[in-house]
Amino acid sequence: QMRFMLLFSRQGKLRLQKWYLATSDKERKKMVRELMQVVLARKPKMCSFLEWRDLKVVYKRYASLYFCCAIEGQDNELITLELIHRYVELLDKYFGSVCELDIIFNFEKAYFILDEFLMGGDVQDTSKKSVLKAIEQADLLQEEDESPRSVLEEMGLA
Amino acid sequence: MSDIVEKTLTALPGLFLQTQTGGEAAAAKASLSSRLGSLVRGITALTSKHEEEKLIQQELSSLKATVSAPTTTLKTMKECMVRLIYCEMLGYDASFGYIHAIKLAQQGNLLEKRVGYLAVSLFLHENHELLLLLVNTVVKDLQSTNLVEVCMALTVVSQIFPREMIPAVLPLIEEKLQHSKEIIRRKAVLALYKFHVIAPNQVQHIHIKFRKALCDRDVGVMAASLHIYLRMIKKNSSGYKDLTGSFVTILKQVVGGKLPVDFSYHSVPAPWLQIQLLRILGLLGKDDQRTSELMYDVLDESLRRAELNHNVTYAILFECVHTVYSIYPKSELLEKAAKCIGKFVLSPKINLKYLGLKALTYVIQQDPSLALQHQMTIIECLDHPDPIMKRETLELLYRITNAQNITVIVQKMLEYLHQSKEEYIIVNLVGKIAELAEKFAPDNAWFIQTMNAVFSVGGDVMHPDIPNNFLRLLAEGFDDETEDQQLRLYAVKSYLTLLDVENVFYPQRFLQVMSWVLGEYSCLVDKETPDAVITKLYKLLMNNSISSETKVWLIAAVTKLTPQAHSSNIVERLIQEFTISLDTCMRQHAFELKYLHENMECMKRVLPVNKSCEDMVVDASLSFLDGFVAEGLNQGAAPYKPHHQRQEEKLSQEKVLNFEPYGLSFSASGFTGRQSPAGISLGSDVSGNSAETGLKETNSLKLEGIKKLWGKEGYLPKKESAIGDEAEAQPIPQESVIMENVDQAITKKDQPQAHMQSKEEKEKQLLASSLFVGLGSESTVNLLGKADTVSHKFRRKSKVKEIIKSGETTSTHNMTCSSFSSLSNAAYEEDYYLDTSQDRGDKGLKKFSLNSELLDSELFTALPMVKKPSNCSMSAPSLFADNNLEIFYPFPSTPAPAAKEISVASSLSEEPTEHMHSDLMEITEQPECCLPVMEAESMKNFQHSVQMEEPFTEGTVSGFVNYEMIDSHSAQLEFSVTVSLLDFIRPLKISTEDFGKLWLSFANDVKQNIKMSESQAALPSALKTLQQKLRLHIVDIIGNEGLLACQLLPSVPCLLHFRVHADVLALWFRSSCSTLPDYVLYQCQKVMEGS
Repeated sequence: QMRFMLLFSRQGKLRLQKWYLATSDKERKKMVRELMQVVLARKPKMCSFLEWRDLKVVYKRYASLYFCCAIEGQDNELITLELIHRYVELLDKYFGSVCELDIIFNFEKAYFILDEFLMGGDVQDTSKKSVLKAIEQADLLQEEDESPRSVLEEMGLA
Repeated sequence: MSDIVEKTLTALPGLFLQTQTGGEAAAAKASLSSRLGSLVRGITALTSKHEEEKLIQQELSSLKATVSAPTTTLKTMKECMVRLIYCEMLGYDASFGYIHAIKLAQQGNLLEKRVGYLAVSLFLHENHELLLLLVNTVVKDLQSTNLVEVCMALTVVSQIFPREMIPAVLPLIEEKLQHSKEIIRRKAVLALYKFHVIAPNQVQHIHIKFRKALCDRDVGVMAASLHIYLRMIKKNSSGYKDLTGSFVTILKQVVGGKLPVDFSYHSVPAPWLQIQLLRILGLLGKDDQRTSELMYDVLDESLRRAELNHNVTYAILFECVHTVYSIYPKSELLEKAAKCIGKFVLSPKINLKYLGLKALTYVIQQDPSLALQHQMTIIECLDHPDPIMKRETLELLYRITNAQNITVIVQKMLEYLHQSKEEYIIVNLVGKIAELAEKFAPDNAWFIQTMNAVFSVGGDVMHPDIPNNFLRLLAEGFDDETEDQQLRLYAVKSYLTLLDVENVFYPQRFLQVMSWVLGEYSCLVDKETPDAVITKLYKLLMNNSISSETKVWLIAAVTKLTPQAHSSNIVERLIQEFTISLDTCMRQHAFELKYLHENMECMKRVLPVNKSCEDMVVDASLSFLDGFVAEGLNQGAAPYKPHHQRQEEKLSQEKVLNFEPYGLSFSASGFTGRQSPAGISLGSDVSGNSAETGLKETNSLKLEGIKKLWGKEGYLPKKESAIGDEAEAQPIPQESVIMENVDQAITKKDQPQAHMQSKEEKEKQLLASSLFVGLGSESTVNLLGKADTVSHKFRRKSKVKEIIKSGETTSTHNMTCSSFSSLSNAAYEEDYYLDTSQDRGDKGLKKFSLNSELLDSELFTALPMVKKPSNCSMSAPSLFADNNLEIFYPFPSTPAPAAKEISVASSLSEEPTEHMHSDLMEITEQPECCLPVMEAESMKNFQHSVQMEEPFTEGTVSGFVNYEMIDSHSAQLEFSVTVSLLDFIRPLKISTEDFGKLWLSFANDVKQNIKMSESQAALPSALKTLQQKLRLHIVDIIGNEGLLACQLLPSVPCLLHFRVHADVLALWFRSSCSTLPDYVLYQCQKVMEGS
């Protein structure tokens, strides 16, 4: 089971955080700061897995963004890596070749997609089609003047 | 900015060939139109952290004004929430908006609600008090006809939901399991899974429904249900063996590509599902040959299918290998799995290599030859530039350490330790080194030096057990007295040298170790006078960087050395210095030293040389103070009252505002009083003595217990075996083994690259040979079978631990017994009756010993047994029996509890035993439970009380009876008894007035509505059911409401208020114990549904 997921930029700016285990605010901040430092110091050819505190951290960098998941020791690291990848694929499909800016300006959307994909830290739906369908359903209810219409229109979903 | 706009497309080559412009344009558009956009851009434009802070604070205060203004529309509110989330993510406090997030979720339209729920789930954690305000909204949305609303509610429930409010939504979510849309069913299953994680007892009754979900026609719902199964099977695999076939079939279908393409990931069918199933199978097949056989085929197929060279197939392979090694072994599969591990280890991809090492780490104890196969790779990883790889390699080496390779492995570990700064790593590694050093140290010098390194690096972060164990090892020594002295001598010398080095700072813990050793053993060193040592210690004492705790250790060392010293100059100076110290603790120690110093004779007697392990005789009753006490009493002083007595008196004097429930506080204080002597009073109970004598007996037993812990005799039985180990350890043909290994390594290397024998390679091989010594195929057995017999130099220590542990368990056990005795007078102890009788032609004296072992840790118990004459026992249903012995439950004539227990008994199929006649029995005594001498033709009753420490639904009490026949043929009969919560529930007879008082004083409550069948709908019948089946006491009935009370033995009260509307029964429980209401509620539900 996943403990938390973080997205942060190469400059160490947090872009998204999802905690699946009750953690105090202070502890969260400390963990985020520490973990960012550790991950950012890693060199490109190094292993994507880390032992950090009593957790396993699986991270992967996509362009300027680091995706970082903390799991428990006995969990499967490789499948977690693929989980990150599937999430990126989902974002990509939704935003139409996603970039960090998309996530900054529409981070609530990124959260919605994540919630549809993982529920309480466990994989809920791995089918790309049905995750996006669920998001669209909710999106379609949006009023006409809301902003990121265009993306959906381009994808032929609106 | 440029790198922010950098496209992820570069990282996802060829995956999505959509035009880039779309996303960019959208992002740009979004950023222009939204307020969030301007905020983000504002922040990016800033250069300093200080400016950012100013801007955000400004933003937050304007947001605060907006959200609290009554005119703000929900649409604006939604937009504000997004900005608030952003500010929180940057690390600023936006707690003023939390309540508005809840409001938004409550009042908004769909889109606003969605943002509201998101904000709530990000802002709050599951224990946040505001969360209670969300419950109504969630309930409303769960009942909505709009699918999206239901989905949102289920999502939020699965993320954060207050535990105590689960009953409010549980029936609604259960309903959703039958919903026509699979997405709703799936989310409902996951929400229930989440409940299972945070409050397992509340979803116990829907296990059947989980099975339905497992058979759901939609793959997603089925996959979701596996989360629950994995968790339940982890806890108790035996209860789900019957599902093995189903899991295997599902996996077969998945692997065979029978699922819709939607579920494929990079053309691998449902990898997450596969992994989940493999894990479940691994748990089910563990140590179970029959179950494992069912899965061999599908595992084989999984190993075969995963040939695609993609990360995700490796993920499946890895899990598959894990499963193959955890279930009952099959050599063919093991071989294939070992090959797979090879694929991982030899992979050029670092992630796969890492997993290869990880796989080796857990496989190595089963199959050490695998490490040998991959030794060169392991050596390479040991020098890998990535510290994570090194660390995993060390973990692997740690598992294969033996007496022959310890020096090399520990050296590698120390090297790594010196490079790492992270506390977690240091603590972990230091612990491992200390453990290995104690187990396998080749000689004294190495041991002390290694421990020195451990103490200097591990310093003040390491586990306190490490220095404690080390000191105990030094003090208690092992078997050979001269060897012990050598070790101590070496330690002293080493520390004296370390202290001579100028300007080095040692961690406090290390200094403490040094000071203890020097104080105790520096007399062993001839050339160093005690005066010189004292001078060194004094120098440390005057050092400002040393903590006051360490100074106390130092001064204690000085005190020990003082009687041996020739001149007392320094000691006097020290006394002068510290008797005026501002630190009270130091001052006290200085004064102690001062007064002892004045009376050298006494000091020598109090502080004998090298006697740290001698027993100290302590007069626990403080009888030498009797005179003093008598004098005090004569002069009119009040007699001493123990703490609990004082408390009781105080309680009874307090007339107003007693918030504690009476029953509880009395019994609790009564307990402490009786528990403190920590002794056995079982004997006293059986023989019918009063509690007073029980206490006296207890005292004498307690002293015995202590002697066992610390006295010399306690360790004696272990000695011979330790000697044996020592003898075995010596003759190790180390060199020959090394040579052999070198040969092996060379031949291996020769094949691929015979000419590449550079110097470096040779070094590596040498290292390999020293690392993998003792892992050859011949010695495999050695590592597996007699792993522990391989030369444990300092073997005794671990045993000491064991003894202490067993000592502890005994003492807790004794405590139970004593608490039992206190209860036995009351009418509510749980009785089990053991009928023992022997049959057939066995004649003469029989030895009978009974040993009860309590396997269930949740039970804080001892066992009750009653022996009865065999001829009358025929009518009672027997519980367990073999040829000679029968155990059965009490007679049907015994009051209420029997009804339930007999039903349990009958479920355990028992064969009636013949009772020919019985003879005299002699009983050997066991500390836990024993049978007194029995007269011929008679039976004895044995009673133990089982007490529930924490509520649970069902538990088992198991144990075994050992007895010996006259012809010295001994037998053992195992038995186990299932006990449920109901066995521990008794009516609590209180008045309505007391009920009211208690009700108000309890904080833990649970509410639930239960639907009833028509026949029950009337209040009286419902009451009757509860009264009969749950043994609740009816306190009062007022109109259509009822008050009931019960208690969990010994005295945890639980109150129930209930009201009947039409066919719904509204139950409201309160108790002083936080979990009890849940459990009682569950029982109630069961009873009401069942009848």
